[in-house]
Amino acid sequence: MNGFGFRLSPSSAINLDKVDRSRFEELCSIEPDALRCMSCGSCSATCPAAQFSGMSIRKVLLNLQRGKEEEAFRLMSNCMLCGKCTMVCPRGINTRRIVLTISRIYEKEEKR
Amino acid sequence: MKEIIVIIGGGIAGLEAASNLLKLGYSPIIIEKSDHLGGHVANWHKLFPDLTPAKDLVDELIASSKDANIFLNTEVSFINRLKDSYNIMLSNGISIITKYILMTTGFRLFEASKKEEYGYGIYNQVITNSDLEHWFNTGQDKRIDESPMNAIGFVHCVGSRDEKARNSQCSKVCCITAIKQAIELKEKFPDAQIYCFYMDLRLFGKKFEDFYTKAQRDHGIHFIRGRVSEVGENIEGKVIVKAEDTLAGKPIKVTLDLLVLMSGMVCNPDSSKTASMMALPIDSDGFLKSSDNVFRITASPKKGIFYAGACTGPKTVPETLAEARSAVLDIHSHITSQEK
Ligand SMILES: Cc1cc2nc3c(=O)[nH]c(=O)nc-3n(C[C@H](O)[C@H](O)[C@H](O)COP(=O)(O)OP(=O)(O)OC[C@H]3O[C@@H](n4cnc5c(N)ncnc54)[C@H](O)[C@@H]3O)c2cc1C
Ligand code: SF4
Ligand code: SF4
Ligand code: SF4
Repeated sequence: MNGFGFRLSPSSAINLDKVDRSRFEELCSIEPDALRCMSCGSCSATCPAAQFSGMSIRKVLLNLQRGKEEEAFRLMSNCMLCGKCTMVCPRGINTRRIVLTISRIYEKEEKR
Repeated sequence: MKEIIVIIGGGIAGLEAASNLLKLGYSPIIIEKSDHLGGHVANWHKLFPDLTPAKDLVDELIASSKDANIFLNTEVSFINRLKDSYNIMLSNGISIITKYILMTTGFRLFEASKKEEYGYGIYNQVITNSDLEHWFNTGQDKRIDESPMNAIGFVHCVGSRDEKARNSQCSKVCCITAIKQAIELKEKFPDAQIYCFYMDLRLFGKKFEDFYTKAQRDHGIHFIRGRVSEVGENIEGKVIVKAEDTLAGKPIKVTLDLLVLMSGMVCNPDSSKTASMMALPIDSDGFLKSSDNVFRITASPKKGIFYAGACTGPKTVPETLAEARSAVLDIHSHITSQEK
């Protein structure tokens, strides 16, 4: 039988009151340009990893800002650091370097 | 004899026109309904994009038009068309005969309480863009608590781009005004998180985009794409805002200490009322209809009647001033061609 009706799944809603911004703020203190993304999607459109893994710098930055860190890491693990996204970003954001900085900050956090 | 030109509306468009007409040797008469000159800009604090004090501009315009004949607290009672001129009867009993009328009746701010779901007039923490300018100027608003705030929100497109509110037009200035006001509030409350809920960001003007990236990078203002669907209040008297974060594709909610509604610029009923006395046409957006929206914005289809400023649609201050000067030049060329 097909699963008609509805199933309960954990809420995917974003509650901005509960977002812990400490690590994202640390990232922005090193890479203030991380805040300038305007979600144009050029980075994801050009990313060679995107079509296989859904990797998208745009989504990584958005997820981090909305407190969805797990999702951001899942995406980021597919990055090959090729730098194509940095070449196309119209805001001149050094996205490749941001991927590296994110890894450093959050890795440090995990070791604590 | 000096030609008389009647200017209806003493906002910045009316004042700039009067000042230029005086320079050309004409005799302008300003009819202003309210008790002050400067219109809406007289209520604003600092102007985007350079944060110029609004008061400096208004004071300068008032000084340069002081030799005009000015009637405050005065309205037009009726207008009769004579052979090649108009007879204007004012509410103070004075009547004026003129060949030239310049309409500078401006806009009206959308009444935010009409969008009940945003809670203006229902919840104490909900104010408008105009209320916020008033508070910047006077420091007086019972709804704004001076104690530190944690979170502040801005709702874009309130009563604009909204067919249910019967205003499908974009008000043009409110995206940049929201960014300006968000930065000003962040400077006053540096620990507050500030969120702007937008549908599109429309930042068309000189330096507007720079202002936007500055808000993101230097002030950490959060921009969330999604229209606020409802506003409620919790037990502590804070407002709860719900929307969809359409970039994340997820519902989003946040608790705020203050919510600012970006009320739009809509057509002014006082303007339409006066226009109807001269049988002037109204455009589909409710604003006065120019004889052409590209080539002749400042011309009405009626002989001797001209427009300038926000009476024909949402406009910024520099656009309004440029139109006022352009209308003056139109009137001047008209008069000089008659004299030949
Ligand atoms: C919240 C907000 C902030 C803004 N901030 C900026 C900014 O920072 N920078 C910028 O460039 N622009 C800004 N603007 C836009 C600016 O307010 C307008 O460009 C400007 O007010 C237009 O001037 P106006 O003279 O055409 O109209 P108004 O300012 O509307 O003046 C019209 C005048 O005519 C009078 N009047 C109307 N009808 C009649 C009648 N029938 N008889 C007699 N008198 C009448 C009115 O009382 C009023 O005094 C802002 C707008 C809003 C809504
Ligand atoms: S650096 Fe990473 S995210 Fe950027 S294009 Fe290459 S693989 Fe994609
Ligand atoms: S290309 Fe740059 S601005 Fe566009 S989404 Fe990617 S990071 Fe953001
Ligand atoms: S300027 Fe921005 S806030 Fe104002 S109506 Fe247009 S899109 Fe909406």
